[in-house]
Amino acid sequence: MTNSINEISGADFILACGTNTADCHPVISYKVNKAIRNGAKLVVIDPRATDFAAWADEHLQLKPGTDIALFNGFANVIINENLWNKDFVANRTEDFEALKEAVAKYTPEYVEGITGVPAEKIKEVARAYAGAERATILYTMGVTQHTVGTHNVWSVANLAMLCGQIGRESTGVNPLRGQNNVQGACDMGALPNVLTGYQSVVDPSVREKFNKAWNCNIPEKPGLTVTEMMSAAARGDIKAMFIMGENPVLSDADASHVAEGLKKLDFLVVQDIFLTETAQYADVVLPSACFAEKDGTFSNTERRVQRVRKAVDPPGEALADWEIICRIANAMGYQMNYASPSEIMDEIAGLTPSYGGISFARLEKNGLQWPCPTPDHPGTPFLHGEKFSRGLGKFHAVEHIPPDEQPDEQYPFILTTGRRLYHYHTGTMTRIGMLNEQMPGDYLEINCADAERLNINDGDKVKVTSRRGKIEIPAKISDTVPPGVVFTSFHFAETPINKLTNPKYDAISKIPELKVCAVNVTK
Amino acid sequence: MALVTVTIDGQTVQVPEGTSVLDAARSIGINIPALCHDPDLTPVGACRLCVVEIENMRNLPASCVTICTEGMEIRTNTPRVREARKTILELLVSNHNLDCMTCEKAGSCLLQDYCYEYGVSGYVFEGEKHDYPLEVDNPFYIRDMNKCIVCGRCIRACEEVVGKNILDFVYRGFKTKPSPFMDTPMSESDCVYCGSCVTVCPVGALVEKDRLGKGRTWEIEKVKTVCPYCGTGCTIDLNVMDGKVIGVTGNPEGDVNGRFLCVKGRFGYEFVHSDDRLKKPLIKKDGQFEEASWDEAINLIASKLNEVKEKNGADGIGILSSARCTNEENYLLNKFARAVIGTNNIDHCARL
Repeated sequence: MTNSINEISGADFILACGTNTADCHPVISYKVNKAIRNGAKLVVIDPRATDFAAWADEHLQLKPGTDIALFNGFANVIINENLWNKDFVANRTEDFEALKEAVAKYTPEYVEGITGVPAEKIKEVARAYAGAERATILYTMGVTQHTVGTHNVWSVANLAMLCGQIGRESTGVNPLRGQNNVQGACDMGALPNVLTGYQSVVDPSVREKFNKAWNCNIPEKPGLTVTEMMSAAARGDIKAMFIMGENPVLSDADASHVAEGLKKLDFLVVQDIFLTETAQYADVVLPSACFAEKDGTFSNTERRVQRVRKAVDPPGEALADWEIICRIANAMGYQMNYASPSEIMDEIAGLTPSYGGISFARLEKNGLQWPCPTPDHPGTPFLHGEKFSRGLGKFHAVEHIPPDEQPDEQYPFILTTGRRLYHYHTGTMTRIGMLNEQMPGDYLEINCADAERLNINDGDKVKVTSRRGKIEIPAKISDTVPPGVVFTSFHFAETPINKLTNPKYDAISKIPELKVCAVNVTK
Repeated sequence: MALVTVTIDGQTVQVPEGTSVLDAARSIGINIPALCHDPDLTPVGACRLCVVEIENMRNLPASCVTICTEGMEIRTNTPRVREARKTILELLVSNHNLDCMTCEKAGSCLLQDYCYEYGVSGYVFEGEKHDYPLEVDNPFYIRDMNKCIVCGRCIRACEEVVGKNILDFVYRGFKTKPSPFMDTPMSESDCVYCGSCVTVCPVGALVEKDRLGKGRTWEIEKVKTVCPYCGTGCTIDLNVMDGKVIGVTGNPEGDVNGRFLCVKGRFGYEFVHSDDRLKKPLIKKDGQFEEASWDEAINLIASKLNEVKEKNGADGIGILSSARCTNEENYLLNKFARAVIGTNNIDHCARL
């Protein structure tokens, strides 16, 4: 997030796009509730009429995969009606002309044709966003999980820069990240192209710094992403894998393809707290401690590094993941010895400018938001205050490109996937006890018009088929989804929806198009 | 902001304009009792326990809804005030199930604390008592309306914090209680079970189901940590008893959340002590997993990875790190991939 979670309460206009905040980030929705109670306007952009959308002053129910058209439409109105922030655009940005040219054809009427959102509503929302004192944009995977995911984000950023709704408190472009430490895993360089703090692996000076600190020789060429690794495994290019705390067999797009890849490996190690679907394919499974059984830090979606503390002992012989990694490294002849996670953080701080001032001692009472370069730096609640990280904010001219798969005669429905309130990811932590009692199984949301046409009753088992796979799942007749769209989650091994999803990914971010694929639904 | 000067029990204090008498008193360490008041919710002045004497005011005003004005002279602990509070408490407990010995809330119950402070026995007023059945129709919490003091905190938390508006007062007079619309059971309402109502309940009317009988409030150790679910990063207290996590509560000092959590953060801790947790390393032999020692497992991994590295090169190995693990662990696995294996093939599920 460019800004902080608590700043959301201070916004007077909230544009929530592709986020079911009340179900997926409930505590952030409390901040939205607070803002609304203070008089803020909420606009929700979502193909589904979620409970969160019901809070909105306007719900723009766009067709899945038409976000760029909509955001270009907003920009078109704002430029044509001369509502843009001239000072901000002149002093803080570049390539405005390119944006102006690109959005010229995206008139509200043209955009209505693509998105299904009425032209009048597009104009109203554009005016309200531009005219707001402090407008904030919240988004999640509804924006990113598309073959044009990166372009979607650029179109969102274009809007914020065009109106100068960034670099101030309670404004900004705010992705709400979905996992406790997905921000931290990225910050720590668990990515194929960067080391810690997003220091590029292709930069020789970066490699030199790490080579010296780690006594190694880091290759120059960026590595493979998850999706690419699975394909490489299936081709036989990758022979061994080490998987720590992930369950790609359920979580990744086109799950059968993932399983195929894992099966072909000569050697697979899985380190986890449960014998997951992925661990079943392993040659060696290592038992690890869960969050309650170890010390360390997580970094949340607003870049806040916070202390994780050990409360109970791990079961049996399970060890913290950091201890296991050290043991394997030592067995492979590389000395890796730390007395505690605090020592590891000191090493991180020494190599990572944005974490430079962070230490366990400073995190004792409260968290710190990076960038926090020095031990006396208070942390950074919002980014881009004086200038953008790259200097001037760059407008990217982006065009609407339809999703990779379009409904056709054979697969007439759009399947879109997401999360449920009571469960989490592949269910390893939530398919137990109270949460599972509350929601023991999933269902496919289907519009009443489609259900009537196909003679489907509430609770009927239906077959959902895509070009990649088939599952059976009970139907739930609902007006949450519009006609032609069906929805379910990826939490349940009994209804593994990722057997159906499209692994076609965004060329830049390599994110798969989990939000749109073509399916057929039959009784 | 303009300041106003008031005198409370002889102490002069300056507070920002708009401050309530209750907050002004608490700011200088004078603790006025209050049941319906909650610092995170709108004051309503319902329980009247926070009454004080104010010079030139006819009655005893409720301090939570009385705003300080210049020169106000306030007395918080006079015999008249104490008598009024004691009577209110006697009336409250006259219709309250006094099973404090087994009540989960004992030790952190405000009603119990104030009755102790004011010497309230519970036998002054005899009259009608509620006899509601326990509401146990959801997996997460129990509603015992026999203990409800109708302070309305749960209603305000649901509306003002969570924004769900599930609860309001139903019925009138003696029969008044907080419930969903038309007094339907919670399980038939749109309740999302975030437990915020349980968090703000000052008495034993709302308690977590899973905690029953697992430990008295004063025996429980609270360990401050971070929620393991979404990226919001709520600060939570793991409630630990005899080496087991028996509950989760929001940490009032939390940077993001304060006391309020969602259903997963508050009730999704059972996986920690699941019988299905992995407890020993496993090695697959002839298609079956067999338990192994750490040394055996680590040595096998080291030799196999070294073997692949020699035969196929470092890029023949792929590493998946985890958005669920700590920064320190992700850093080490990054170091492991790049320094020990010698590959950039490291990623995690950031895109999912």
